[in-house]
Formats: sequence, structure tokens, C-alpha cells
Amino acid sequence: MILKLDYFFYVLGAMLLMVAWMALRDQRNPKRYSSALFWALYAVVYLAGEQLPPIAAGLLMVVMALIAGFGGVTLGRYGDRSDEERRSSAQRLGHKLLIPALLIPITTVIGSTLFKDVKWDGLFLLDPKNLTLVSLGCGSLFAVATACWLTRSTPMQAMRESRRLIDHLGWAVVLPHMLAVLGLLFTEAGMGKAVAHVVTSYINMDIRLVAVAVYCIGMALFTIIMGNGFAAFPVMAGGVGIPVLVGVYHANPAVMAAIGMFSAYCGTLMTPMAANFNIVPAALLELPDKNAVVKMQVGTALPLLLVNISLLYFLMNM
Amino acid sequence: METTVNLWPLLGVAVIILGFALRAHPVLVVIAACAVTGIAAAMPVDQLLATLGTAFIKTRNLPLILLLPIAAIGLLERHGLREHAQASIARIRSATTGRLLIVYLAIREISAAFGLTSIGGHPNMVRPLIAPMAEGAAEVRYPNVPQEMRYRIRAMAAATDNVGLFFGEDIFVAFGAIVLMQTILHGEGLDVDPLHMALWGIPTAVCAFIIHSWRLYRFDAQIARRVK
Repeated sequence: MILKLDYFFYVLGAMLLMVAWMALRDQRNPKRYSSALFWALYAVVYLAGEQLPPIAAGLLMVVMALIAGFGGVTLGRYGDRSDEERRSSAQRLGHKLLIPALLIPITTVIGSTLFKDVKWDGLFLLDPKNLTLVSLGCGSLFAVATACWLTRSTPMQAMRESRRLIDHLGWAVVLPHMLAVLGLLFTEAGMGKAVAHVVTSYINMDIRLVAVAVYCIGMALFTIIMGNGFAAFPVMAGGVGIPVLVGVYHANPAVMAAIGMFSAYCGTLMTPMAANFNIVPAALLELPDKNAVVKMQVGTALPLLLVNISLLYFLMNM
Repeated sequence: METTVNLWPLLGVAVIILGFALRAHPVLVVIAACAVTGIAAAMPVDQLLATLGTAFIKTRNLPLILLLPIAAIGLLERHGLREHAQASIARIRSATTGRLLIVYLAIREISAAFGLTSIGGHPNMVRPLIAPMAEGAAEVRYPNVPQEMRYRIRAMAAATDNVGLFFGEDIFVAFGAIVLMQTILHGEGLDVDPLHMALWGIPTAVCAFIIHSWRLYRFDAQIARRVK
């Protein structure tokens, strides 16, 4: 293929290296050395990538976690423009400002649908295994170029703005990444079997409604713990869904699977462990309470979980 | 059931629950849970580090979605994108926070159901456009919205994006979750048509839309009450 995902890893690595360099030179940042080290280490993950020995990468992750965990990543100064300046430039540019912003989703959609099978000289134009990410990467680069041209800014200014946003996100940037690592470790350590064993050994599932409720609530609870419905599904489907709901109560497997996965998604809405959906947006929207998004979602997720239990109860023999 | 299941890894879960209950720093909680789970599974330290390292490199595509669009969005914000979004919504008289978010929920859920999950998202849609518009719609009606209410409006905008995405994407046949379910069920000896799984997801998807829209509809009344 011509455009590989690796290229975008290098782009991000270079971006993070710039963030580290700017952090190092920012005298207003009270912890500029540890902040710079944190971002430089993260840049290594993207620039060195698979060449990094696994133990070194593990150590790197632990050091990054310790720097972030003990408050070593702090904000600096960004030369923000005043409200008036932004308002007058908004008036001047008007709807044109939307063009680069919308270019990102539009390029991603077009890239991942129309350019799926496009070949150049016998090679795929876009990496077929990472179609969406590569398309998103192209869209982001187009958007930066268009935004620079529209606003008559330099790419350096775009870098400064990236640093402003990345710094405001701070450790929230690496939390989803580290949680994904924990999820893989849980799987390797046999967490699924242990949870399924506990659930199936201590609850009596002779009543149909209890079995349905255990399956749906178990799906949600396991997702709350693991932060990912994809980790919960094999455990609960293998532990309760297939042997009890299908095996004993003759449920339609398609209904059992579909509603089971949606019950897991109710769990995703209620857990800080699903950091990229719940914690990162709180950081992006500059909310003081990092759990504000989770708290807002509980009101939708809990009633929906009850709906799922009743839907499964009434629909499973259809 | 007399099988030998190792229950020690559950200690890792206990660390997570305890850590979040004590409001410890999330990154520290995660790293502590990694250590405890590794030790409980009787991994030597170097093997644990190597496992973590391999996984860390393997999952590094995850932050790309968040970080790649940031340069363009940051630059546009500097030139007033958020202010423009607020000013545009102010011109539509009938727009309220709740109604605006219901429209966004519908667009997000339907487009995700057709596999177009990249329309929307927190870094490139919610932060620069949807959240400022939701705040702007409240501002037009009530001159001084308290800061705490602004935070609630922003959180609701993020929540709406999530609800629309989650319950839309799973009724798209070619979505990863459907493929995963089919693979797992096949492994257990059950052959299920992906189309059936997608169709049986529709009742929940409709209920998700109704429940969340109802909450958004009432959200307008909450804002009104809080401001007075």
C-alpha cells in the first residue's frame, strides 16, 4: 500500500516532540522539565514504535504514568487571543471557518468508502487494514492546510494551537491508551473465566427473568469494570447467554447477542474506565469534574438497561 | 462445577474499584492495577513489563483519532470557530439547547447506523461546534447562564454524541461488534446471520433515542428553572 498507518504515527510523534520542545522552553510552566519529559517519552512511543524492546516500552509506560500521576504534567502559557479578537475574526471569516472543520469527517467518509479498493501501480492507495484511521489522518492534514490558508497563519501557529489543546487535555490523553493495556493484561491473566465462574456459581438461574436479568446486568457490570463491551461480550455470552438463555430457555441467538451487546453499551456509558468516551470529552470541554459526562449519562443508561431486560425477556423466543 | 479457575486476577478489579472510590489519580490506579494483576497471575517483573510494553505499542493507534484533528481545530478556534458557531445558532429563533441536541442525536444515530461513524466525535465536532452551539442557544434566551449550568450543558452535549454513536453503530451490519459477536457465537457452535443481529438491535436503538430525547426535552425546563 502507498499510504501506511505508520506515516501518521511519525506525524503524531513529530507533533509530540514539538509539544515537548515548546514545553521545555516555556518559562511560565512551573514544571516544565517533567512536562517536557512526559511528552518526549510519548513521542518515542510513536517514533520508535515496534523497534522499541518490549521491556523498554513497558518501563517507559510506567515512568510516564508516574510523572502524570504525581502531577508532573502542568499547563504553560499560550498567547491566547482576546474574546474581541476572536469575535471580529469570526465575523470576518464567517461560514468559511466551517470548511476545514467539516473537511475532516468528509474526507474520512469518502476515503473509507469510495477509496477502499483504489489501487495505484498494483498497490492499495490506502492501508486496507486501517482504512478509517488513514482517511482520518489525510483529512486532518487537508484541514490544517486549508485552515492555514484561510486564516493566513503559519503551520508553526497550528503547532502552537495543538500544544494548547494537548496541554489542556494533559494526562487524559494517555489514560485511554493505558486502560487498553490494562484490558489486554486482564484478558491474559484469565479475568474472563474468573468473573464467569463467580457469576454462574452463586446465582440461581432457574427463573427465566432472573437469568435474563443476570445476563444483561452482568454484561453492563463487566463492561463497567473492563471499560469495554467487547471484553464483556465473550465472557457473558459464553458464561450465561449460550448455556442458559439459548441452551435452557431456547432463546433466539441473534436476539440474545444483539440485546446483550447493547446492555454492555449501557455499561460503557456509566464507567470512567471507558476513558476515551467519558473522561477525554470532559477534559476537552474543560469541565472541572472529570466524571461530569458519566454522571450525565447514567440517567439514560439505567432506564435503557431496564428496557433491554424487558425487550430480551419478551423477544427472545421470537 | 469443580474446575480450577484462578480467582486471584480479580484483585486487579478490586484495586480499580478501591482506587476510584478513594479518588486516587486515575493513571496511578491503572498502573497499580496492572502491577497487582501481574503479580496475582504469578508473572515475573520482566515478563510483566514486556507484556505491558508490547500492549502499549500495539494499542498506540487509539489516541490518533483524538490527536490528529487537533491542529486544525485549534487553529480554527483561534480564529473564532466557536464564536461563529454560537452566533449562528443565535439567529435561529426556535433553537433551544434541548431541541438542538435532539436534532444532533438523530443525525448522529442515523449516520452511525449507516456506518458513517466519523461524522461527529468529541475533538472535531462536539468541542468546536456542538457544545458552543448548545451553550449559545441557552445564552440567547437567558442573559446570564450560571457557570455550573454551562458545564452541565457541555457534559450533555458530550453525552448526546456518545448515546447517538453507541446505539446507532451497532445496527450497521459491517460494524466490528457484529463481526465480533458472529465470530464468538460461531466458535461456540451457533451460526447466526449478521443481518438478524443488526435487525434485533433496532428496538433498543429506538428506545435509546426516545429515552435520551425525552431527557433533552426536559433539559430545557431544567435550564429555565436554574436560571430564574
